[in-house]
Amino acid sequence: MCAKPVTKKTPASIKKYNKELLEHFYDIMCKIRCFEENIQEKFLAGVIPGFVHVYIGEEATGTGIMSNLTKKDYIQTTHRGHGHTLAKGADPKRMMAEIFGKKAGFCKGKGGSMHIADFSVGMLGANGIVGGGYTLATGSALANKMMGKEEIAVVFFGDGASNRGTFHEAANMAAAWKLPILFVCENNQWASTTPYRTTTSVEDIADRAQGYGMPGVIVDGNDVFAVYEAAKSLINNIRKGEGPALLECKTYRIGGHFVGDPEKYRTKEEVQKVFTENDPITRFENRVLAEKVMSQAELDEIKSNARKVIEEAVDFAMQAPEPDPAELYQDLYV
Amino acid sequence: MREITFSQATLEAMDEEMSRDETVFVMGEDIARQGGIFGQFKGLPEKFGFDRVKDTPITETAIVGACVGAALSGMRPVADMHFADFVGVCMDEIFNQMAKIHYMFGGQKTVPMVLRAPDGLINQAAAQHSQSLESWFLHVPGLKVVIPSNPADAKGLLKSAIRDDNPVMYFEHKSLFRVKGPVPEEEFFTPIGKAKVVKEGTDVTLVSYSMCFTHALEAAQMLEKEGISVECVDLRTISPIDKNTILESVAKTSRLAIAHEAVKQGGVGAEISAIVAEEGIDYLDAPIMRVGAPFTPVPFAKPLEMAYRVTPEKIADAIRKML
Repeated sequence: MCAKPVTKKTPASIKKYNKELLEHFYDIMCKIRCFEENIQEKFLAGVIPGFVHVYIGEEATGTGIMSNLTKKDYIQTTHRGHGHTLAKGADPKRMMAEIFGKKAGFCKGKGGSMHIADFSVGMLGANGIVGGGYTLATGSALANKMMGKEEIAVVFFGDGASNRGTFHEAANMAAAWKLPILFVCENNQWASTTPYRTTTSVEDIADRAQGYGMPGVIVDGNDVFAVYEAAKSLINNIRKGEGPALLECKTYRIGGHFVGDPEKYRTKEEVQKVFTENDPITRFENRVLAEKVMSQAELDEIKSNARKVIEEAVDFAMQAPEPDPAELYQDLYV
Repeated sequence: MREITFSQATLEAMDEEMSRDETVFVMGEDIARQGGIFGQFKGLPEKFGFDRVKDTPITETAIVGACVGAALSGMRPVADMHFADFVGVCMDEIFNQMAKIHYMFGGQKTVPMVLRAPDGLINQAAAQHSQSLESWFLHVPGLKVVIPSNPADAKGLLKSAIRDDNPVMYFEHKSLFRVKGPVPEEEFFTPIGKAKVVKEGTDVTLVSYSMCFTHALEAAQMLEKEGISVECVDLRTISPIDKNTILESVAKTSRLAIAHEAVKQGGVGAEISAIVAEEGIDYLDAPIMRVGAPFTPVPFAKPLEMAYRVTPEKIADAIRKML
């Protein structure tokens, strides 16, 4: 039987990280932040249609976890999936084009923000149904195990989705069959507009892991180093065939549930406090500078390059042609 | 030709497809150690192992969801629903995931899986173990829906479904499992999307499928003795529906009746009626007649269930009124 969940601390020093990985962390986090800021701006300007949910404030979790995966590992993400998709290696241009509803998008404009997938990098889909990804990822893990592959599946979900019955069915099946899957709860404190503690039986979602006989780990989700290390250790065990695990990343949703959310359920001061004290990107910058593993000039260069890449993606999406109405019936059946 | 049961026919289809393609596997409740509640999986685990013939937890949602995930990851899963009535438990996985992924993601990946769902009336199984729910899935773009009425089509449609790259709902009537019929020994496929004129006639077209098709044939025999010539069309596929075969038959007979075991309201008969009203109303010499179950849940007690059932007599009565 597995014990109570453990809390993994941040590494005492980050001097052991090679430059490439440090740059990668910062590059991805900056790209996600910039991507989402552009999405917010364009949505509020009425250029992007539909519903969009941004990942601002949670960049360290997706970045830290995905840095342990290859393109052959599978992920299932959520309605708040842009960050995971970028971190998995998807092309920002085609992502942006999809969100703008353009033919050049990953889904030819048929999916939109909540339905992006890029199978070429192992991103098997965002999901408009909260808690819709667990069982699908379990199936990917089952397929990998049956085919004798060493790749794993990772499913991302929020504190709100942790209350879905699909969590129970998938966690039980994955644990009963020792499937290679990592359950990643991004506990951003908000189940849509509801504070999760008012509707959730436990403070720590990771507590639920032991009910399935799987290890549960809690980590500071706004510390990319802590997330990276916790995920690395769990993923190594999963790859070795030890079965599933649950990683809970404690984070905070800086943005509203959706872009345009009036956010009447919380104060601006509360959000500002987190942003000032606990922004994962600022924390990264402070730490690498304090430990002298990166210079301000290096950070500036990465950030400005990330901004350039995302701005090019926006330009690409803005200029890309819309789908032809005649494509309506394409891809319904093979 | 040799005769085997419907159940054996599905077993042969599974055996042949699993032998041919190692990515084909099947999972569901009580299928491996028990062999399926209707014996429709007996012998498969001994031949293919408990890994490819998997007993699952009692979690329809995880069964279907995991099959979708496995289908996206290189396998060709067959999910068994135990009883078709349980599809309600995993409806999201069927209509929001399995059915939509190919289209919604711009055709990046197909979902080659089959969901087997034993349906229909048997042994007074009552409200939650007796339903015919095929019409729900007629309403969902992205799915194919097949529903054989005899052992040969049971085998031919299951083989076609397993090889199809689209997700296929395969409804198999529980009362048909023990029914015997001729099935060729050599390999064959029943095409998805093709209805079959099983009995030719001149006065009225009777479209039916699944167990009810047997009742339709019986009704046709009764009416034949009264001088009424009935053309019996076995629909075999609910979606995509074979409009041409239906319209061609109605053009010939000028009358249309539809019979199914499912509730009449909002049933497959309603869709067929609408198709013929839209595209073939000039062929018709009489109003379209639908025979289906009353708008109630399936009752338990024998007299109530008998009142609920669509029977050959009820079908024949409906057709007499058309002439």
